[in-house]
Amino acid sequence: MSPRVDVNAFIGEYPFRNVPGVTPQALLFAMDRVGIDTAWISHLTAVFWGDPMSGNTALYRIAEAEPRLRPVPAVHPRLDGWRTALDEAVRRRAPAVRADPTRWGMNPAGAEIRALAAGCGSAAIPLLLSVRLEDSRQRHPRDGTSELEPWAVRALIRSDPSVRLMITHADRDFVEQVHFGATPDEAARIRWDICWIWGPPEDHLAQLLRTVGLDRFVFGTGMPLRIPESSVAKLDLLDLPREARDAIEHGNSA
Amino acid sequence: MPLVDVHAHFHHRAGARADWAERNASRLSAGERIGITAHVASILGSWGRTSPTYFPSTADVVLGNDALLALMREHPTRIRGYACVNPNYTEHALGELARCLGLGMIGIKLAASRRADDALLDPIADAAARHQVPVLHHVWQHRRKEWPGQEASDGVELGTLARRHPQVPFILAHIGGGGDWAHTLEAVANLDNVFIDLSGSGVDGGMLEACLNAVGVARMLWGCDLTIDTGWAKLRYLERIVSAPDLDRIRWRNAASIFPPRSFEGT
Repeated sequence: MSPRVDVNAFIGEYPFRNVPGVTPQALLFAMDRVGIDTAWISHLTAVFWGDPMSGNTALYRIAEAEPRLRPVPAVHPRLDGWRTALDEAVRRRAPAVRADPTRWGMNPAGAEIRALAAGCGSAAIPLLLSVRLEDSRQRHPRDGTSELEPWAVRALIRSDPSVRLMITHADRDFVEQVHFGATPDEAARIRWDICWIWGPPEDHLAQLLRTVGLDRFVFGTGMPLRIPESSVAKLDLLDLPREARDAIEHGNSA
Repeated sequence: MPLVDVHAHFHHRAGARADWAERNASRLSAGERIGITAHVASILGSWGRTSPTYFPSTADVVLGNDALLALMREHPTRIRGYACVNPNYTEHALGELARCLGLGMIGIKLAASRRADDALLDPIADAAARHQVPVLHHVWQHRRKEWPGQEASDGVELGTLARRHPQVPFILAHIGGGGDWAHTLEAVANLDNVFIDLSGSGVDGGMLEACLNAVGVARMLWGCDLTIDTGWAKLRYLERIVSAPDLDRIRWRNAASIFPPRSFEGT
């Protein structure tokens, strides 16, 4: 059995509704349930804090105690100490760092985020950005944050040739607007999590694997905000060859 | 073991999608893969090609229902049908219900042509009672505003209709189809004739537990709507949190209890 790596998981409470399974123990239980070996974890609660980087200490502590969980620390480029936080992420071998510019009230392709992206590029670490955390139709009335939009991803990937992006929670239309709005070299530096892309009977995921390329997609779930069975089920329904499945489930995120 | 998808759709040549035949074939093959024994389906007119999906003309209502009847003849046990009607045209709607139910359809589909609590839905609900069939009603989970392209209803509005027609089973569409499902569950928790269809692309953590808590196993119906992958995911999750007998109720027994007798092979 090949390993399965989830690049899009969270620990911590969600401020807008009661979500079960937010502890590391619950996350590990869910991982065992669906056969996920390793999960990249972001600190869900800290996404909403004024200083999201202050959640990184807890994230590192959790990851040190449980090697199946790998930390994706937040780096907020408008706050003091962001370069130190980025250096620490590299030193601790984090698989990516996270930014949520629209939640932080920032231009998602502005100078500050471009500086962060370039810093990540220089350090050879991907920058992870989420298009959304949940369906816009069900947002809490007090959650007025804009979603990340395709133009911002196009702008970021063009901003520096060393930038590498990991985009989560994007749907088919989003992926296509970025992929076909980028040069082949630019597009090759982006990885897309599959959690928000529709599977059968619609052909969204199958088509993207053909048109954008199998090597651009990675396994992600968005748990515990979403049940992880969804990402497994859509791959199961595609009946992909073993090597294709392996690429999505771990090879492309390595 | 039977598995009834209470919320399926098919497409047809006169609809808006060029890939209609591929999508129909994909639904059937994905259904076969996961063990769906009956797709209870509707076709909403021309899917927007010659009149709006949620406001179908009478001609398109007939066109869509005829296409579904043809699919039912082609797959007599695998595909069962809801008669789709537009309640703004009362006489036409009642005639179409008599025609389609007489030809073997087993339920009524109301989408979003008229608010659920409007008096124009009463003759449709009366027809459901006469024919002893359930009504699947499109629902926006907590509609906080008017949405373009549809006159959507939410759980409160469907609840009002359900109270006026306590003998009719109403299937509240796609709890995972977008919107605040917690609001819906609270709105219909005490309405025994409202059943929750679990379909929709939403796979929120905690949603299925909330359904169990609010309405209980006896009022949960498994379904997919546009995405079978998410339906399968919810089924897999439910296998872990409910007993085998309760899972059977969600998979098919509850559906068999509200649709006409012998609607589903093997039940």
